[in-house]
Amino acid sequence: MTHEFDSVRRLAADIRIWTIRQMEAFGAGHIGGASSIADTLAVLYGGVMRVDPKNPAWEDRDYLVMSKGHCGPALYAALALRGFFPMEWLSTLNKIGTRLPSHCDRLRTPGIDASTGSLGQGTSLATGMAFGRRMRGSDGMVYCIVGDGELQEGQVWEAVQFAATHKLDNLVFLIDQNGAQLDGYVADICEAFDVQKKFEAFGFRAVEVNGHDVEAIAPILTDIRDGKAPKGKPHAIILKTKKGTGCLYAERKFPNHHLTVSKADAEESIAEIERRYSEGLMPGGEQP
Amino acid sequence: MMYLKDRVTDPVAMRDAYCDTLIYLAEEHPGIVAIEVDVAASMGTTRFAKKFPDRSVNCGIQEANAVGVAAGLALEGYTPFFHAFGIFATRRCFDQIFLSAGYQKAPIKIVGGDAGVTATANGGTHMPFEDVALMRAIPDMTIVDPADSQAVRALLPQLAYDCGNAYLRCSRKNMPMIYAPGATFKLGKANVLREGTDVTLIAAGCEVNEALTAAEMLEAEGISARVVDMFTIKPLDEECVIESVQKTGAIVTAENHNAIGGLGEAVCNVVARRCPAPVEIIGVHESFGEVGTIDDLLKRFHLTAADICDAAKRAIARKTGA
Repeated sequence: MTHEFDSVRRLAADIRIWTIRQMEAFGAGHIGGASSIADTLAVLYGGVMRVDPKNPAWEDRDYLVMSKGHCGPALYAALALRGFFPMEWLSTLNKIGTRLPSHCDRLRTPGIDASTGSLGQGTSLATGMAFGRRMRGSDGMVYCIVGDGELQEGQVWEAVQFAATHKLDNLVFLIDQNGAQLDGYVADICEAFDVQKKFEAFGFRAVEVNGHDVEAIAPILTDIRDGKAPKGKPHAIILKTKKGTGCLYAERKFPNHHLTVSKADAEESIAEIERRYSEGLMPGGEQP
Repeated sequence: MMYLKDRVTDPVAMRDAYCDTLIYLAEEHPGIVAIEVDVAASMGTTRFAKKFPDRSVNCGIQEANAVGVAAGLALEGYTPFFHAFGIFATRRCFDQIFLSAGYQKAPIKIVGGDAGVTATANGGTHMPFEDVALMRAIPDMTIVDPADSQAVRALLPQLAYDCGNAYLRCSRKNMPMIYAPGATFKLGKANVLREGTDVTLIAAGCEVNEALTAAEMLEAEGISARVVDMFTIKPLDEECVIESVQKTGAIVTAENHNAIGGLGEAVCNVVARRCPAPVEIIGVHESFGEVGTIDDLLKRFHLTAADICDAAKRAIARKTGA
């Protein structure tokens, strides 16, 4: 593990901590998928994405569409830590009048680029945004985070065919393949089969990576951003993850899509995040 | 308001009026784009694609994605027009319209062809009697049901520039000309086509022609009918409804649509709240569509001028003290 990524690892730990704190303040939340995408969010908001917290509506910024909209709290943590809005907002999750609803809402939250929550729809929005950016000559990227359960929605594959037909290489789908959905394992409910081969068959460039290893994720995304990756195809980055990773109270339960959380759970889990971070362990507690 | 006594078939099909106007708008404004779902030839919009190849995109047969792409383009500052047969343009992709366009205020303009019985030989699978009901339930959605090609030409620029998410339903075919040249149309403001004292016939779309014919038939029987073209179904011209009740004391609504959730219920909402009076609803009652000519289907679903006359008499008979 190199020191080059210390700040990104720290950001990932903080995203997890502040995701837990939001859910603790409300008493429950979609912790499983928020935990599995934390490391990718840290890479994106820790240097890859071109954004300006002081000007969230900057028209040539990079976009992020959280198509699995229920993972908003992880994204809110990243945005608050980057200074898009005050950290105090994080204690208002899901309370009446909040700027931070459980599912992403672009009209309420600075830095949220698309409203999502009905699974699959974010993929089409991101595709339309990428198509529009190319039409108007913007070089901004469009990142779209998609769950592996979400791949069951037919609309995803409509968007994928469209994006590949139009060779939208400014579009990056980040597939959080955490293997689980609300009711159980994806493989038991409606098998995803070989996701990489599926995306390749649909005309994408597709690569797999350990979704909890920021050192592995970062170069893939910086290469795409810097024009060093193959061009002419949209990108699918298949993040091999585990639902709930890095959050002790979620790691202990299955299914862990949406869990209640006590103060004791939260404090124990946050202490464990700090321990793993300080000992240089992976987010799930393994040796690097 | 000038309307034509002899309402002959318009030489310009409504779909051609749509495409002509879209081209006109696009020539003026670079942000206008067309979103196709493999029915460009049917919707008459192939000419747009030829003239503006870089501003027309055919998504193929995928309405859900098309709405999302349109909403994404709207977020990028474009003004997308998404057109298809009414059932595909609304029912097939309702959640996408509701959330990707409506909820996040990404304004797209939806045009549904083959409104109601005008789907004719495509039959029950393709006959939208519920499109208005679906679109009405979306907050801030503007809905228009123009009576003829001239109305389409006049309303499209207003839909493009003067409102957010919008739905226009119309026939694709050559329909009767209703309006004399020079007629005007203001979004959200009904056109009173004929004054009367005994009953008001409030109609939209192809039912405007039936209502005018009904008024002529009633006149022969000594009944004076006011006729209103309520081409904007949402937001409804409530003041016109109230004025109609004040002037005539009874209302008949007529729509080429399910009686549930359409113009009739929208008018009843106003009447019940603001000016109670008898209302009769001419619309499709608990039926799916089926194949037939427009004339056959108007009869089959009791949407004809004669049906409107009968309803007018019922409404008049229900007036307090009548």
